[in-house]
Amino acid sequence: MNYFGLAPLARHLQTTRRSFLIGATAIGSSLVVGFSAEADVAPAAAKPVANPFVGYVQIAPDDTVTIFSSQMDMGQGIYHGIATLVQEELDADWVKVSVIGGFGNTALYGNVPFGGKIQMTGGSSGTASSWERYRRAGATARAMLIAAAAERWNVPIGEIKAQNGTVSHASGKSTTYGALAASAASGPVPADVVLKEPSEWKYIGNEALPRYDSAPKSSGRQQYTIDLREPDMLTAVMIHPPLFGATLKSFDASKARAMKGIVDVVSTPRGVAVVGTGMWEVMQAREAVTVEWEDDKAEKRSSREIAAEYRAAADKGGEAVAANVGDVDAAFAKAAKVIEASYEFPYLAHAPLEPINAAVRMNADGTLEVWGGHQMPDAYQAVAAKVAGIAPDKVILRVMKTGGGFGRRASVDSDIIVEAVATAKAMGWTAPVKVQWTREDDMRAGRYRPAFAHKMKAALDDSGNLVALRDTLVGQSIAKDSFMEKSLVKNGVDVLSVEGMANQPYAIPNLRVDLTTTTSPVSVLWWRSVGSTHTAYALETFIDEIAYAVGKDPVEFRLAMLKDKPRHAAVLRLAAGKAGWSTPTPAGRFRGVAVAESFHSYVAQVAEISVDGSGRPKVHRVVCAVDCGVAVNPDQVRAQMEGGIGFGLGAILKSQITLDKGRIVEGNFDGYDVLRIDEMPSVEVHIVKTSAPPTGVGEPGVPPIGPAVANAMFKATGRRIRILPFANSENS
Amino acid sequence: MRITLNGQATDLDVDPAKPLLWILRDDLGLVGTKYGCGQALCGACTVLVDGQPVRACQTAIADIVGRSVVTIEGVSGKVAEVVQMTWTKLDVPQCGYCQSGQVVATIALLNANRKPTENDINDALSGNICRCNTYHRIRAAVHEAAKLLEA
Ligand code: FES
Ligand code: FES
Repeated sequence: MNYFGLAPLARHLQTTRRSFLIGATAIGSSLVVGFSAEADVAPAAAKPVANPFVGYVQIAPDDTVTIFSSQMDMGQGIYHGIATLVQEELDADWVKVSVIGGFGNTALYGNVPFGGKIQMTGGSSGTASSWERYRRAGATARAMLIAAAAERWNVPIGEIKAQNGTVSHASGKSTTYGALAASAASGPVPADVVLKEPSEWKYIGNEALPRYDSAPKSSGRQQYTIDLREPDMLTAVMIHPPLFGATLKSFDASKARAMKGIVDVVSTPRGVAVVGTGMWEVMQAREAVTVEWEDDKAEKRSSREIAAEYRAAADKGGEAVAANVGDVDAAFAKAAKVIEASYEFPYLAHAPLEPINAAVRMNADGTLEVWGGHQMPDAYQAVAAKVAGIAPDKVILRVMKTGGGFGRRASVDSDIIVEAVATAKAMGWTAPVKVQWTREDDMRAGRYRPAFAHKMKAALDDSGNLVALRDTLVGQSIAKDSFMEKSLVKNGVDVLSVEGMANQPYAIPNLRVDLTTTTSPVSVLWWRSVGSTHTAYALETFIDEIAYAVGKDPVEFRLAMLKDKPRHAAVLRLAAGKAGWSTPTPAGRFRGVAVAESFHSYVAQVAEISVDGSGRPKVHRVVCAVDCGVAVNPDQVRAQMEGGIGFGLGAILKSQITLDKGRIVEGNFDGYDVLRIDEMPSVEVHIVKTSAPPTGVGEPGVPPIGPAVANAMFKATGRRIRILPFANSENS
Repeated sequence: MRITLNGQATDLDVDPAKPLLWILRDDLGLVGTKYGCGQALCGACTVLVDGQPVRACQTAIADIVGRSVVTIEGVSGKVAEVVQMTWTKLDVPQCGYCQSGQVVATIALLNANRKPTENDINDALSGNICRCNTYHRIRAAVHEAAKLLEA
């Protein structure tokens, strides 16, 4: 399946080389290199854009190298990845390299796998999008530095070396990149540059390259949006509607206004903002505001009712068809054996450890600065401009590193941006304002992984072959009613609802996947690995169930149906082999396996568990095999697999957001339980060596862990867990 | 009200009920100590009070008058150095947001116990949530730091 249904990656990687145009410019005495992604767009330097001084790479006279990233870093390490790509070709002094977020120029920063039309971090596409672009940026800058040195020293280009931030010639002449930056910037831009061959790589694939931001992040020095302390900046907390779909009728803030440290209480399109000098002050004052809400159209159901409705809808069959291969009805009519299973998945909160926030300041020159985890800069710039009533090119985005994200900071309605800009505007732009959600706000303000139901059915022939598979899915659409609808919803099917199932990998002659899209004011969003959070669980536990039903080994059963899927098969074999799948498990331990492709990366995992006296699993060890194309930073690939496994494991074991007459029950980490260190298994990651173009790793570690553990649970207890999380009371 | 903060006598004229977390962050500008839950459920705000790990979000300033508070900005000494070096060497952080709390809690653990077992680590750190789930590396880094301190 394509990234979000947009242009296929492979085609892009073939054409990007030809269609890149190069631009370079001098800013002061710095060299700035940028490209435009489309051949019909003028080079960045020549085009008047919101931020003409933003390119890809800037080399300053003091030898510092600043890379402008098209991707935001929420911890997945893409800044490090992009720095590695630039460094591979530029060969600067690594300790002088830093990365900041670029914005305001879709031609420069458009996400390549998304067709270059939107700047967005998502779909685990950051490395794929950057692979050509940032290596070429580094190579172009280096070529221009060498050309400048050749001219200055009057020696042939071919005799000049440039490495580790220094340009040198055999005659003994030597100078730094920074010293050449100004003259390089005024020289001609090479029409094309030759990138290094893989055999020449020093940084790509280098295990020893230290992540450039580990030290500040180990000493409390990394700055996040919550840490902003601009002069006179005020802090605000929101009062959101208590029910989804409720709207503000009126509020009385007279008591709150009189409290110490409170500056103002204002209404915004998304609720009431309590503004003051500090977080403690505004949190207390918030309790003193009384609000009346209009809740006629609000969601008032409870989770149990919603689940019952989903079950009934699943029994009826889906309203829209996502996949239809062969003749499923005929195959079921002839089946020797039919197996059925229904699954229920709860809403899930992303709960990044830094709760959602943004800060704004209207400057004297009419520009509006907006700080935050800008995962969709184009959209946020446009929305900020609209709410402020100014032109988009007056909005300066300050892209902050964030304390996690997991999808939450790419909000299709720009929720926190609207709140921050509207609050500052309602105060007449009298002060810079930071809107900071509390943990409770974060848990209860929506944008959840949608709840889903699956009803699966398999037809087997006499010899135990899987001849037909049906799945009916029921759940809310993420893309519907958003600006993404046109590209993501096809024939009534949101590709994000069915990804991982409609394109399931097994050779099954008859397949039908259909979908009923439900609606609710409860807002939903992509949550690390999106549709595959539930489709991989349903598919991979069901396939396992069928394997046991026909008396086949779960690995062999899968491999027999993966003959045309060499990358799935290879990671499955690798994980099984490294986990000792065919050897006996230690006493009291049980193994389960799962494999899934998501975002063009292939991951298989074998989980080894034991079960305690009260029937709860303990996951001891996970062996993970991943094929993500070229591993730009192998250690970061490993880190993302480890993190994805923990993230997915916590969710399937313990996490759920539930509604009680429309109200969200869970408010903090007591109700919304997440994985903790004592529950983290030891993880072994094996990376497939390949020359395939790089794909993502931020999300693909998540999908297989749930079904791998559930399959091990079956081995241990004979029970199939079909209502998630495992801790759901209906399982006990 | 006076406390010793990172070695310096510090006088505070604030609401006695105000949590240490917001005094550090909003009044004193020491933003290395993080807010994650406000309810002593996540450990992001862990600081040392007289050497013991404490959740600053649930510590009213009135309750620690006269005591010595050390935040991530003020940790020092051999154990702190080794822990931070190990964290960097193993590239533990992902987003990094929980790591002030993890590092401070680990320093407290290793100050008290130079050879922590798996269970000791679980006991000391299970109150510190990492939503990026860097737990695997945190565990490895604690063991590595303990090994280096022994040498
Ligand atoms: S913020 Fe104090 S424990 Fe979470
Ligand atoms: S590193 Fe992100 S929360 Fe721990």
